Amino acid sequence: MNLPLTIKETKEGLLAKKFSAVELVDEYLTRIEKNKNLNAFLTVSDDSAYKKAKLIDGNLQDLPLLGAVVAHKDLFLTKGLRTTAGSKVLEAYVPEYSATCVERMDTAGCIVIGKTNCDAWAHGASGENSDFGPTLNPWDNNFVPGGSSSGSAAAVASGLSLISTGTDTGGSVREPANFCGVVGFKPTYGAVSRYGVIAMASSLDSVGSFGHSVTDVESIFNAVKGPDGFDSTVTNGKYARRKGKIKIGIPKEYFITGLNKEVEKSVMEASKVFENEGIELVEISLPNTKYAIDVYYIIQPAEVSSNLGRYDGIRYGNGRETFGAEAKRRIMLGTYVLSAGYYDAYYLKAQKVRSKIISDFDKIFEEVDAILSPVAPTPAFKLGEKMNDPLMMYLSDVYTVSANLVGIPGLAIPTGFSKNKLPLGFQLMGPRFSEQTLFDLGKLYQKLVNYKPVLPF
Amino acid sequence: MARLSKADVLYVAKLAKLDLSEREIKEFLPQLSSIVDHISQLGNVDTSKSEPTSQTTGLENVFRGDDVTESSLDQDSALSGTDNTYNGYFKVPAILEGRTDK
Repeated sequence: MNLPLTIKETKEGLLAKKFSAVELVDEYLTRIEKNKNLNAFLTVSDDSAYKKAKLIDGNLQDLPLLGAVVAHKDLFLTKGLRTTAGSKVLEAYVPEYSATCVERMDTAGCIVIGKTNCDAWAHGASGENSDFGPTLNPWDNNFVPGGSSSGSAAAVASGLSLISTGTDTGGSVREPANFCGVVGFKPTYGAVSRYGVIAMASSLDSVGSFGHSVTDVESIFNAVKGPDGFDSTVTNGKYARRKGKIKIGIPKEYFITGLNKEVEKSVMEASKVFENEGIELVEISLPNTKYAIDVYYIIQPAEVSSNLGRYDGIRYGNGRETFGAEAKRRIMLGTYVLSAGYYDAYYLKAQKVRSKIISDFDKIFEEVDAILSPVAPTPAFKLGEKMNDPLMMYLSDVYTVSANLVGIPGLAIPTGFSKNKLPLGFQLMGPRFSEQTLFDLGKLYQKLVNYKPVLPF
Repeated sequence: MARLSKADVLYVAKLAKLDLSEREIKEFLPQLSSIVDHISQLGNVDTSKSEPTSQTTGLENVFRGDDVTESSLDQDSALSGTDNTYNGYFKVPAILEGRTDK
């Protein structure tokens, strides 16, 4: 069968009976089996997928995500389906309840095909920190798919799932989307409930998604957003559509030494697409951006060390000796910056500099409606390249962490390929709860360049 | 590079309830030192006029009514994550040493 690459094609195909949901599941399972070497999945849920497919085939309804096959990052609790967070600590953990996001997508008509590989506890920018082995980049198996939502990005990019979920604490949706050539969306902090999603850094964590089109991540967002009564940070945004002339800011500090030339060129070309459509481009300055990575690597490990304190092997999971090297490093770093005598110098200081970064962004958003920037300094890097140098790995997050520190949404969109046939792309960021503007701009871009998703095989 | 000593690493590991092997200590010491060096750059930023941020969307003290709205996990479900149970309770390691009652 011709694999549908959008939610709309899937839904229309099912409603017109061009194919059945069971046939869809057959096709995805075959592709998953054929591409096992990618190591994109930790658990495949064929039984429950067929069960749901039969339900759909027996009662076709016009649901928003009807028949959309989804792979959940293994950080999302799925009732009765093993959930590991990519860590040996939870290698045999079977949750008793599902994440709100999982439930809402289920109600909206999704079919869960499995759980995807990720850096353990979502710690990483390459997928290599998974305790179950790295995921490979589907475009070139010698390269990383990005992380931490490595399997989710690779699964969508290679047609092993139509859509997928991910978490973005410092870029963990946008960076792998960029490295794998798919759309990745990180919502405003508190737009989507984190209930049932294993916590990494609670003042930064957001629940995002992957798809081949901006329209698809928008549909997923509409299905999962809003309060559920279980995550007190969730609010109902107004999500007003921006009317009138739109201005996009290009932060000059983001185009510095260290930015790969091909990445720079593709980002500038994307900005021209908007300019040719009459959207004004403005050079902007975010002077405190240079501190973002340091602020992030204080606040994030501090919150990680606190959140991972609950894993003691008593109520579920294995003991603390089963944590992998990166989790141990972050627990150590976080414990250090929070410890007596260092709290003021590191954690409190970082929270204050965080306020300065926030005020940079808030000021700029009085001038512009969105910011356009690179997602990562380079295209996908080679497996093993940064594994022995955690600091180098951390610096891959330089363009993504600000959105998490500031609590704003970000949308990563593919543009094409580098000379080495690795995906390229850019990201749009907007003020808090400006999702509708980002989706509108993203859809406009994909329409103007006549974007057609392609699969590597 | 010598910002952290082996004693620092051992102390932090104790606080974090991590038992590190000699190999891990050897590996982590230079790695953590270089990261701490990097993040220490923040010390030079003027934050005299800056308040700390811990929440980005302006929420403060979100409360709900203290009502039971639906039933929670039953006892069997709550205990299902471990085999280490006793009479419907979780078994935990002893936290007191040197019992005098036996």
